[in-house]
Amino acid sequence: MGMATTTGPLLVLAVVVPVIGMLALLVMPFLGIRRPATVALAVVAVGVAIASAIGIDLVRSKEAIVYVVGGWAPPLGLQLRADGLSGVMMAMAALVIAAVALYARPQFDMAEDAPGGRRAFAFWSLLMGLWSALNLVFLGEDLFNLFVALELLTFAAVPLVCLDGKAETIEAALRYLVFALIGSALYLLGTAILYGQYGTLDIGTLHGRASANLATHAAIALMIGGLMAKAALFPLHLWLPPAHAGAPAPASAVLSALVVKAPFFIILRLWFDVLPEPPSEAAARVLALLGAAAILVCSVVALRQRRLKLMIAYSTVAQIGYLFLMFILIEPGVAPWTTIGWTGGMLQLISHALAKAAMFLAAGLIAEALGHDRIADLAGAGRTVPVSVFAFGLAGLSLMGLPPSGGFIAKLLLLNAAILSGAWWVAIVISVGGLLAAAYVARVLKRAMAAPATAIETRAVAREREWPALGLALCAVALGFVPLQPLDMLAIGRGALP
Amino acid sequence: MTGASLFGLAACVLIGLGLYGVLAHAAPLRRVLSFNLLGAGVFLLFGVAARRGAAAGLPGDPVPQALVITGIVVAFAATALALMLLRRLTALRAAERAADGLRDDPKGR
Repeated sequence: MGMATTTGPLLVLAVVVPVIGMLALLVMPFLGIRRPATVALAVVAVGVAIASAIGIDLVRSKEAIVYVVGGWAPPLGLQLRADGLSGVMMAMAALVIAAVALYARPQFDMAEDAPGGRRAFAFWSLLMGLWSALNLVFLGEDLFNLFVALELLTFAAVPLVCLDGKAETIEAALRYLVFALIGSALYLLGTAILYGQYGTLDIGTLHGRASANLATHAAIALMIGGLMAKAALFPLHLWLPPAHAGAPAPASAVLSALVVKAPFFIILRLWFDVLPEPPSEAAARVLALLGAAAILVCSVVALRQRRLKLMIAYSTVAQIGYLFLMFILIEPGVAPWTTIGWTGGMLQLISHALAKAAMFLAAGLIAEALGHDRIADLAGAGRTVPVSVFAFGLAGLSLMGLPPSGGFIAKLLLLNAAILSGAWWVAIVISVGGLLAAAYVARVLKRAMAAPATAIETRAVAREREWPALGLALCAVALGFVPLQPLDMLAIGRGALP
Repeated sequence: MTGASLFGLAACVLIGLGLYGVLAHAAPLRRVLSFNLLGAGVFLLFGVAARRGAAAGLPGDPVPQALVITGIVVAFAATALALMLLRRLTALRAAERAADGLRDDPKGR
């Protein structure tokens, strides 16, 4: 593997700065700062600057950024590595977290000793912890290090679910935690088997050493199975809807947009970087079948929901299904990042993150303005919070896969890949999934744009609180203008794996 | 049978018991306890890997031991978080039940 690059310390900063922010929240009363939001927003600004610097450096040098922790090179030590894919993931996380922080500020702006202050403190410190863990997932090169990162992510995400302290949300959080713990135990079991086989857990080293045998395949199957529970792949998704729907809107946005993508990212690394070639076609078919089932079943369930936030949460499970179609669409033997299936999958991941965060943020303000989120009684929302309803609709374009939007490009690329590889049933599932998404988004928009039959009581929402959701939705639309071909950015540093 | 394979088999038994418990029990406390059993099995497996992978003349490979220590800390934190959530949930449910009980009281107290 390569030596540390000069910009390597940026990677350490990306992981450490949010943790410093968390610690700063603890000492801030002694410095005379009373609002956690002030500190958190400053940390978010620094974090966005770091993610941008990493992105710019990747584009300029066209090589992966590497940092060897403590100067101990793998296989004994650990390294952090950002290739184009990690860089894009980190930029996506920074964008979503920045928008969520701006959105959450009015809601969680109280001082720690004010009413609701403990909740605000918990929200900001968990958001920081979550960001650090996400960056570590995107940068980690050691399977055990990734396990620790995933656990940190779970520990930050679970309390976010039950921030309001009601019995139902605590129950949802507990169920989420149990699923996540089973997942991590299976992942760790696979790690133990791989270590017993190869004596290393460094992905780059394993890439060269892993050979196709029963133990390796069993280990990777266990790890992917565990990660599937954490990524809420159908039928292991039962924990997700109550957890994501019960959390406060900014927390739901982060959970649905980013947290479920982290285990999927590790599945990608295992499949393409660790699994010895050629990957089993049967396993790829199982993953794609589960993905297809997620799209069809959960889209229909989303269509039948009465509450807006539950509908959006079921839509998340359906959209995650698209990601798992990737594995069957990439033919073995070619570098995956040069295929349109890979590019489509990655664009689906990013555009879903932006669109879903925008949707949850918009839904939060709609619920706040109307005092409820029953889809049947949404009439009048279009007048009370027009920008939020517009943002919801724009984000919906991306979920349906209508142009111009990132979701359109992603689904078009996946569709083309499906037709080229002769997987006609995948092409049908993608098309039907788009129609179902159109149905559940249109159902909400139709109600929200209608005039209320009787006068309804609404609460005024400050206009500037609606901008972050609109900003994210516009970013999801802007992704629709990327060229329809494998992206150079996603290939940076991928070929360097030995 | 060598010591390493005996411990390996014991680890498999623990993992099997833990998995069965996590999947078969509905009560959250039993699931958390089963998770710990499952975790103990995985840690033991790391110990076996350390023993088998040791270079000639060394009693054990230190890397898996370091991993196990980290793993135990993580599992402990997870258990603590789960138990605190469970306690809170039980307290809230008990309060709800008490409030319902008062409302159902025929004398209206």
